[in-house]
Amino acid sequence: MTRALGWLTVLGLVAGLAAGFGYAPREAVQGNVQRIMYLHVPSVLTAYLAFVLVLLGSIGYLATRRAGWDRLAAAAGEIGVLFTGLTIVSGSIWGKPTWGTWWTWDARLTSTAVLFCVYVGYLLLRSLIEDPEARARYAAVVGIVGAVNIPIVHFSVKWWRALHQPSTILGPERSPIDPGIGLALFVNWVAFTLLFAYFLSRRMEIARLEEQT
Amino acid sequence: MIAARELRKTYGSNSVIDGVSFELGAGQCLALLGPNGAGKTTLLRILATLLRPTTGSLTIGGADALREPERARALIGMVAHGSYVYEDLTARENLCFWETMRGGDTVPARLEAALAQVELDGVADERVRTFSAGMKRRLGLARVLLGRARLLLLDEPFTGLDRRGQKWVNEFLLDFKAGGGTAVVATHSFGSGLGVADRVAILGSGRLLMDRPAADLAPEELHRLYESLTDSVESL
Amino acid sequence: MTYARRAWIILWKDLLIERRAKEHANALLFFCVLLLFLFQFALGPDRDRLAAAVPGLLWLGFILAGLLGLGRSFLGERENDCWEGLRLTPGDKSAIYLGKLAGNCVLMTAVEIILVVLFGVFYDVDLWTPAAPLALVLALGTIGLAAVGTLFAAMTTQVRARELLFPVLLLPVQVPVLLATVSATQALLLGQPLADVAHWLKLLAGADLVYVTIGLLTFEFVLEG
Repeated sequence: MTRALGWLTVLGLVAGLAAGFGYAPREAVQGNVQRIMYLHVPSVLTAYLAFVLVLLGSIGYLATRRAGWDRLAAAAGEIGVLFTGLTIVSGSIWGKPTWGTWWTWDARLTSTAVLFCVYVGYLLLRSLIEDPEARARYAAVVGIVGAVNIPIVHFSVKWWRALHQPSTILGPERSPIDPGIGLALFVNWVAFTLLFAYFLSRRMEIARLEEQT
Repeated sequence: MIAARELRKTYGSNSVIDGVSFELGAGQCLALLGPNGAGKTTLLRILATLLRPTTGSLTIGGADALREPERARALIGMVAHGSYVYEDLTARENLCFWETMRGGDTVPARLEAALAQVELDGVADERVRTFSAGMKRRLGLARVLLGRARLLLLDEPFTGLDRRGQKWVNEFLLDFKAGGGTAVVATHSFGSGLGVADRVAILGSGRLLMDRPAADLAPEELHRLYESLTDSVESL
Repeated sequence: MTYARRAWIILWKDLLIERRAKEHANALLFFCVLLLFLFQFALGPDRDRLAAAVPGLLWLGFILAGLLGLGRSFLGERENDCWEGLRLTPGDKSAIYLGKLAGNCVLMTAVEIILVVLFGVFYDVDLWTPAAPLALVLALGTIGLAAVGTLFAAMTTQVRARELLFPVLLLPVQVPVLLATVSATQALLLGQPLADVAHWLKLLAGADLVYVTIGLLTFEFVLEG
């Protein structure tokens, strides 16, 4: 089952690459560097998916005390941090030629960076507790707080940015989307979600095997 | 009062409690002997519902202690190493705090009576920081008395006490039993506490190596059994 | 009714112990004075630059003091196995959280009053005119900080590397509170009316509600440790 998922993911990623570099048109203003959006946007969407799963796993564990839920939360947390990191790095690479700096306190980058910090803290907490039962419990509480905080962070950062500068055009939601770009985005998003699902199932399997020894 | 069946507690591949079963009727006292590391404290904490066993069943006062720990907790009074005292509060304030947390009645008369029963009424308004180990232990006992515990779980109550203190705890337990209370006393020292025990059990490497009525055992015989049983376990 | 009694007795105990041991109060007070120097030296002698930074510095000061004070909320329970004793008490454990939260709010408020007074005097900033709306912002921010801080403090008390883990966990979660309170404080110090910062206040109130609710719901899972 996982193997099939793996092959599907490879297909999806290849299709995504093709769509992103071949099919989608060159963006008028930013040029080819804009194509990194096909990495950046699906990454952030997948990261959010991951943290929703952390929330689900956390609640599930506290409600049922079954280790499977905790494995879900842990795996989703790890992979989520990975994709969040990818989002930040790709956003930074996008930013350098576009605005001339590696970092800007743009609303989405800032929110994502905060998200990154919250979940790195989550992983740190997990690494510092040896007793699996206590680890699952504490991590679940932090997972819930972190996830519920996401919308609060989003709004506070957005309003904070509005105070200082008009928002920079980073996301496709600001300008009308060329259908070619939209399709490439969609294909890549699906590919990334498949990749995430593949990583998740592999990671959970490893965790389950580790627990048995 | 207590019915424990096949209690097991494992941490990873390490079995701290490895299939413990016993029963204890109301008004009886069980002395739990064992060398350090045998699992006495772990077993006591499982009985206190502080720790969930990996497998096994536990009934306390008729209630399933694993499914409804709250019902069991209402009956239990635990005095562990720490005695649960706040050093910067007075004896009276400590009692008031814990009894309020239990949801009980803290009228001054009740607090006074409990303190008197453990002979701490003279120092009721002294800070616990000034107390000796024995006095702190007595305060812990006052706390469980006030809470109307029916099952007393005592972890090494004689440690750090002088002869007089140990005698005092013995008498306290006798009174408690006479009133219908049940007690499990974990100890690694002989002589103390065994006088008040109705049953003696030896815990070694997480297993009950022996569980006999105290009346059947002469002190020397008990000592001999203890040595041989714990030696054989260690050689495994 | 018992619930309220239990929350109250936790608050009473903590305040009483604090009054007798004076662990937190003196050290935190001195810490606030030190912060004053720290900020001044970090920003240099330019009066205007300091005045412009006051909203941020004020909240930075609260958060630093909060990290020190909140992190220690449950330290008293580590002595003599009192934590275990609390676990054995019957009933809804969230009453303990509420009591501890109230105690932490009292502590934080004391720190804030001291810092506000010190700032007003030493940095020559007018904090008196907008005092009432400022107090509202302070109150909302304090609850937000204390709500999560109390929960995480309970958790990290039992974990290794407690002093490091507590700020690492708390600070990212507090970002919205920080943004909201600093923005609102800045606006108020510039003389803007309360209505202008209403959206920030609503965000803070909403966040506070969420944090306290989660604290009440999840505390029993933390205590069980």
